Amino acid sequence: MLLCAISIFAIVALIAIELVLQSQMSWHKFGLPFFYKFNVDPDTHMPLFWDPVNGTFYALPFLYGTLVSSLVALAIAVPLAVGVAIFLTEMCPRFLRSPLSFLTELLAAIPSVVYGLWAIFVLIPLLREHINPIFIGIFNAPLTVKFFGWTGLVGDDGLFGGVNLGLGLLAAGVILAIMILPIIASLTREVMTSVPNSQREAVLALGATRWEMIRVAVLRNARIGIVGSIILGLGRALGETMAVAMVIGNNPEIHRSLLSTGHSMAAVIANEFSEATSDMHRSALVEIGLALFLVTILVNGLARLLVWAVTRGTPARVN
Amino acid sequence: MRARIQENRTRNSIRAFTDHLATALAILATVLVVAPLIVIFVYLLYKGASSLNVAFFTQIPKPEGETGGGMANAIVGSGMLLAIASLLGIPIGIGGGIYLAEFGRGTRLANAIRFTADVLNGVPSIVMGIAAYSLVVVPMHHYSALAGGVALGIMMIPTVTRTTEEMLLMVPHSIREAALGLGVPNWRSVLSITLKTASPGVITGCMLAFARVAGETAPLLFTALGNQFWSVNLNREIAALPLQIYIYAQSPYDDQHRLAWAGALVLIVLIVLAVSLVRYVASRGILKGAS
Repeated sequence: MLLCAISIFAIVALIAIELVLQSQMSWHKFGLPFFYKFNVDPDTHMPLFWDPVNGTFYALPFLYGTLVSSLVALAIAVPLAVGVAIFLTEMCPRFLRSPLSFLTELLAAIPSVVYGLWAIFVLIPLLREHINPIFIGIFNAPLTVKFFGWTGLVGDDGLFGGVNLGLGLLAAGVILAIMILPIIASLTREVMTSVPNSQREAVLALGATRWEMIRVAVLRNARIGIVGSIILGLGRALGETMAVAMVIGNNPEIHRSLLSTGHSMAAVIANEFSEATSDMHRSALVEIGLALFLVTILVNGLARLLVWAVTRGTPARVN
Repeated sequence: MRARIQENRTRNSIRAFTDHLATALAILATVLVVAPLIVIFVYLLYKGASSLNVAFFTQIPKPEGETGGGMANAIVGSGMLLAIASLLGIPIGIGGGIYLAEFGRGTRLANAIRFTADVLNGVPSIVMGIAAYSLVVVPMHHYSALAGGVALGIMMIPTVTRTTEEMLLMVPHSIREAALGLGVPNWRSVLSITLKTASPGVITGCMLAFARVAGETAPLLFTALGNQFWSVNLNREIAALPLQIYIYAQSPYDDQHRLAWAGALVLIVLIVLAVSLVRYVASRGILKGAS
């Protein structure tokens, strides 16, 4: 039994060793600049990041795409998830609680590729036809450009400039938000439930309204755990592969616009690994994988510690 | 005096208003989340159900552009991959869970293992794919069903470990004490008393892990690789349901889209079954009258 348990350490060590070994080639050739440098195309003077045919491998656009799509996802998912968790723990009538948590559990378990399938046929047309035009209208209106032009976030070069394909960073962010929402919501709920009732009763006894009770007793006591669950959601978003690969557009370039196509770390590995043109190409992809591995280990470790700091002492719950 | 009462009154009405506002916002958030999720879910069921037919289960894919055909090879392939994964992941996972809950309870080592298992759970599946690629595909010099099974099996271990531990911890202490009080050695009590009591929970936990990896695509992309033809050879590339969905989702042909939706439905049904079983067992509390 001990051996089985120890095997978990062995797996982590094995993964780390294999990734380091396989990425040696690219690490020796490019070093740390792999993650921030780029070449300049002599003809078009555009930055050139990733060109397997000519042996150019710089990972910046993948880092950018992963980061931006995950941040968009958090911006959408966090307020909603915390709202849902507050509703479920503090306000929800008892008979609704069980079906709602069943639903969140179910949605957290639906495979990534199914979300990707749905996104291709429903989400992307929806964004392209109905939702993006609204944002384009707001961000590119003459009045906004006049007043907020100095931020660089509006107009043709802004967050919603360029061609509206439906595919792209925004679509990836939205599908990621849908995927991490159940995770953040259920963990936040768990953290909030672990706040002892005596705290709530004490605050209520002082004459607080329900919202004041939630703010003072629940949110304040659970805030570390809530941050932990948000970070856990971030970790999930960073490593999410299939759904992102299906909607982000697979274009290794960097554009400011959220409507532009991009690429992510996990998606580029999924797309190119089995068809890698050279050993260097494969090695560069493994190095991206190694970076992803280290980042997710750090993020998850941190998140687990935070969640654990709050829920410690309460028994493990299954439902 | 009167001014102060007046002031208190306004302040209280502001507080009451904030309270109502917060309640409304929380309800709004829930509706905003739950409504689209239900819509997505129902849409998936509807699309899948209207695409499913007998050929889906009995035929292998037709060549590009031809209508008809099914995913029989992918279903069998997924089944084989999952069998390998289960053979690898379930025994090790259950063993680890028993250690965490029974032998190592409270020790520093057990805490470290629990923490590592949780972290390993969060490692992206694509990274697991690279690991399996370098462990199995590189030494064997070709893609194979075995490599895909190993990738999925590694992913099952932390999940099974943690659910087994949780289920074992739900077994009341008095039962263990009764066994030990009768002079049963500890290992015997763990295997034939605790594990047996918790077995419905442990089994459903394994089912949940099984259902989760059944939908994993990323680790199979460069281990099992996928296959358009019939193959049951462990040493060769093999088709898998999620891989096939991925390929068909991006194809230009309507008929392949239909097959992708049908495949998605099969995966979802598997998930729904597993999740409801886990909830059913957990809500019964494993032992009647326990806890």
